[in-house]
Amino acid sequence: MWGIEVIFKGKNFLRLLGGLGTALEISATAVLISIPLGIILGVLMAGKNPVIKAILRVYLDFIRIMPQLVLLFLVFFGTTKAWGWDLSGEVSSVIVFSMWGAAEMSDLVRGSLAAIPKHQYESAQSLGFTPIQTKMYIIIPQTIRRLIPLSINLITRMIKTTSLVLMIGVVEVLKVSQQIIEANRMTAPDAAFGVYLFVFVLYFIACFIPSIFARKLEKKWS
Amino acid sequence: MKTTGLKTLAAGLLLTLGLTGIASCSANASASTAGTTAAAGAGEPANTKVVYRTLDEIKASGTVNIGVFSDKNPFGYVDENGEYQGYDVYFAERIGKDLGVNINYVSTEAASRVEYLETGKVDIVLANFTVTEERAQKVDFALPYMNVALGVVSPDSRIIKSLDEIGADDQVIVISGTTAETYLAANNPDIKLQKYDTYANAKNAFENGSGVAWANDNTEVIAFALQNKGYTVGIPELGSQDTIAPAVSKGNETLLNWLNDEIRALGSENFFHADYEATLVDTYGLDYENSLVVEGGVTK
Repeated sequence: MWGIEVIFKGKNFLRLLGGLGTALEISATAVLISIPLGIILGVLMAGKNPVIKAILRVYLDFIRIMPQLVLLFLVFFGTTKAWGWDLSGEVSSVIVFSMWGAAEMSDLVRGSLAAIPKHQYESAQSLGFTPIQTKMYIIIPQTIRRLIPLSINLITRMIKTTSLVLMIGVVEVLKVSQQIIEANRMTAPDAAFGVYLFVFVLYFIACFIPSIFARKLEKKWS
Repeated sequence: MKTTGLKTLAAGLLLTLGLTGIASCSANASASTAGTTAAAGAGEPANTKVVYRTLDEIKASGTVNIGVFSDKNPFGYVDENGEYQGYDVYFAERIGKDLGVNINYVSTEAASRVEYLETGKVDIVLANFTVTEERAQKVDFALPYMNVALGVVSPDSRIIKSLDEIGADDQVIVISGTTAETYLAANNPDIKLQKYDTYANAKNAFENGSGVAWANDNTEVIAFALQNKGYTVGIPELGSQDTIAPAVSKGNETLLNWLNDEIRALGSENFFHADYEATLVDTYGLDYENSLVVEGGVTK
């Protein structure tokens, strides 16, 4: 029904899981790089140095304005044309998603820090906390709590956007599904619905697990 | 698996830091005067560098990188066992065998075929690549191995037999970077085009009725209409008769000459007829064999 049977033809099922694995490997690697990098950049953005703030602002806007597909082409083809680097599609994807993730994360961190009311600092000071103690015991815990849902949202966005990397030759889950649909276009012309439905379930699971984890963390820390 | 993961992580981390640096540098530059921006932005010109690998380098490396479609049945697609198949792939397999090297297939999209050759990320593109003058300025085409013209397919409920029948509000589906897109944009600029990046997306959109017609290579639309009830090729030949040929990076003469010799030599054994019978006959039937196949690089 709906062409779901083609998913179980030959190695198709394993190929789809392998494609999901590729997508998750790229997004997980990018998350591991961009979250710490984004936190550092975000703290710098919330800081007082106007030069650093301006540079980071321009970086953030550059990454935001550029469509991710353009960034992928820039890194994959552009670096070869300009400097002769021969980056693989996977490494290019990790670079783009890390740059994008770090930019978005830095803005989330900056926003969360700015959202802490000034009286929190003042009350801490009047209770005799040193500036470092204020950050450690009062500001950072509150910031992290605010950041969890926001960064999970970012992570799921990154997982979903990996569907673009097929444009630079990385065969991830969506590309495998298109290959399966096309290979069966004579024997099962209606396979598109069933295969895309299955891909929807795969993406759903991949994005749902981090959000369950985040909800647990939020409950634990609230 | 684990080590490659770590390597990717390390490489990604280093390069991200590097590129973040570059981005900030260029951000600095753009903040200053226009003159310095130009100086900072000007890298070395790309065409001074040799991006491609020569025939000997490919043979020495033991692997040839061939760009093919992975979702364009019956030219280049992946079967249920994960193996590349199709008319282009049948030829690619022979190239690998005669070069005496392994083949690394790279899944390409229509829109990025030229870029892959310009950057030397593949040695040969064998992805249903129509020879056009515009492309020939950027890549070098070898002798052709197939004929193609443009065709337009439309639903039976409203068969479009001439481009004049396309109204002002109607949209025609094309795939970005294909000959159909270029032809319609140049010769019929009034027709509204609905562009898709991948073949699969264009097909889905057409089947869902997003456009009144789908313009593509005639082989594609003939096959589509044969396999899908309710669709008819109203315009089987549009524009000039074109050919499909392998392409290599601009200036890669050793590989180009080898390919041309190979195609000529294969003509004596009627290789491309055998290729047609192995891969295309299910899609087009035997009627189209002589009009579609180009043997030995000689067009009639």
